[in-house]
Amino acid sequence: MLRDITLGQYYQTESVIHRLDPRVKLAGTLLFIISLFFFRNFLGYMIAASFLFLVIRLSHVPFRFMVKGMRAVLFLLLLTVVFNLFLTPGEALVSVWKLTITKEGLRTAVTMAVRLAMLVVGSSVMTLTTTPNNLTDGMEKGLRPLKLFRVPVHEVAMMMSIALRFIPILMEETDKIMKAQIARGADFESGNLIRRAKALVPLMVPLFISAFRRANDLAMAMEARCYRGGDGRTKMKPLIYRSRDRIAYLCILVYLVAGIWLGRLELPVAG
Amino acid sequence: MGIIRAKDVTFEYIRRDEEGNVEGITTAVDNVSLNVKQGDFIAILGHNGSGKSTLAKHINAILYPTEGTVWVDGMDTADEEKVWDIRRTAGMVFQNPDNQIIGQVVEEDVGFGPENMGVPAKEIWERVEESLKAVGMYEFRKHSPNKLSGGQKQRVSIAGVLAMHPKCIVLDEPTAMLDPRGRKEVIRAVRALNDVEGVTVVLITHYMEEIIYADKVFVMDKGRIAMEGTPKEIFSEVEDLQELRLDVPQVTLLAYELQKRGIMLPDGILTAEELAEALHLR
Repeated sequence: MLRDITLGQYYQTESVIHRLDPRVKLAGTLLFIISLFFFRNFLGYMIAASFLFLVIRLSHVPFRFMVKGMRAVLFLLLLTVVFNLFLTPGEALVSVWKLTITKEGLRTAVTMAVRLAMLVVGSSVMTLTTTPNNLTDGMEKGLRPLKLFRVPVHEVAMMMSIALRFIPILMEETDKIMKAQIARGADFESGNLIRRAKALVPLMVPLFISAFRRANDLAMAMEARCYRGGDGRTKMKPLIYRSRDRIAYLCILVYLVAGIWLGRLELPVAG
Repeated sequence: MGIIRAKDVTFEYIRRDEEGNVEGITTAVDNVSLNVKQGDFIAILGHNGSGKSTLAKHINAILYPTEGTVWVDGMDTADEEKVWDIRRTAGMVFQNPDNQIIGQVVEEDVGFGPENMGVPAKEIWERVEESLKAVGMYEFRKHSPNKLSGGQKQRVSIAGVLAMHPKCIVLDEPTAMLDPRGRKEVIRAVRALNDVEGVTVVLITHYMEEIIYADKVFVMDKGRIAMEGTPKEIFSEVEDLQELRLDVPQVTLLAYELQKRGIMLPDGILTAEELAEALHLR
């Protein structure tokens, strides 16, 4: 049951997007998301959508995987749309009972929905085409300048990759402890939410103890293998920009300039 | 002088209560001296709580002796400046395979040690390849460690240490959490390291059948070295071993019982083949 959960949502296939340096993908996603908040007309969103569509086609990941991520935010999306639709003051369009849909409300609702949807799909493209450890590597190297401000970049990246390695192990362990407790009459399934939450307490205690013990063992094993922080460390798989990465940066730049320039024009018919 | 040398080593665990007052002292290692030659296969045998794991951790400078000295390749383990040199000279494999694998892919885990040592990327790849081949795990290099069996994980851990090019590998009960098949796999890999690569091996275990290939065996009890000698010498002392609560292999036990009933057999028979031959010769 629990062990079926896979981490991240990496979709294994061969594509240009998969082979890109994770730093390009991180920067690209970030810039794409930021760009979504600059548009003033529908043309900007059209450009963003076509850019996104192109990237998805290039990534060879089936479209339904992209939309999968939407399910998690569907509730949030609906909430945003409903609130914006009914609570924005302005010129009334339709009025039913006490609820009024305004022209401005309709416009904000649609804009917000489109933004949110593209934001989620945009980040899905990154997580679907990059393995979690590749992503951590990208963050470590990409954020290295932050070291000047005493941000422990290497340590954070190391923590993330260790967490990624241990989550499946701890899941399996939870599963085991649960089964052992069920075998001795523990009940995790009946009762209301509070009762079920309470039943989890005896599960958490052994899980935490075991996690601490593992952490202790792992720290010793890492020290035994000469780990002493990020200084003086070399990388087995160093990140090096290749020509395809430079081209990708160029594409992102072109998109940004075109999108923001055209997306901020005052068009006669506002979208 | 040998690659590992311990002189009068004593280690005490000090238990403290909540205020930090000393509650009691447990002497885990008590006045132990030993000398291991380069290229040897040494086994340290003992039941739980005999101090064998504590002694092992001294070789890797994880613990320092309370009294006495441990030298690894001539370096005093209490010398803080030499810690990293000692750890790369004497690699260590631990009991729980899950808690010592850091990488999410087999090859990345094997590369972890060399990365820490600052080895250039190209050489890391060469080391990873040769280490994985030495333990017979090369075809699994792209796998996730979570999908491997216990024996396979432990072989990956050994490869991880091997990639650091140590002169000596200390294995702290590497087979304690494995099934019989996994135990065989690991022991076979360890023997290959010793025979083919010439790496000094210190194997800590409580399984008697794993020590029959050792050049020399130390039996520990209550922190002291209770017996030492070749496996044959050790196995001849069936009664002493039983007194130390160690399980003598069935073949050895059978030969011992036969001997007691008046059948003339040589002392310290270790394998079924050996016993069969001895019986046949009679």
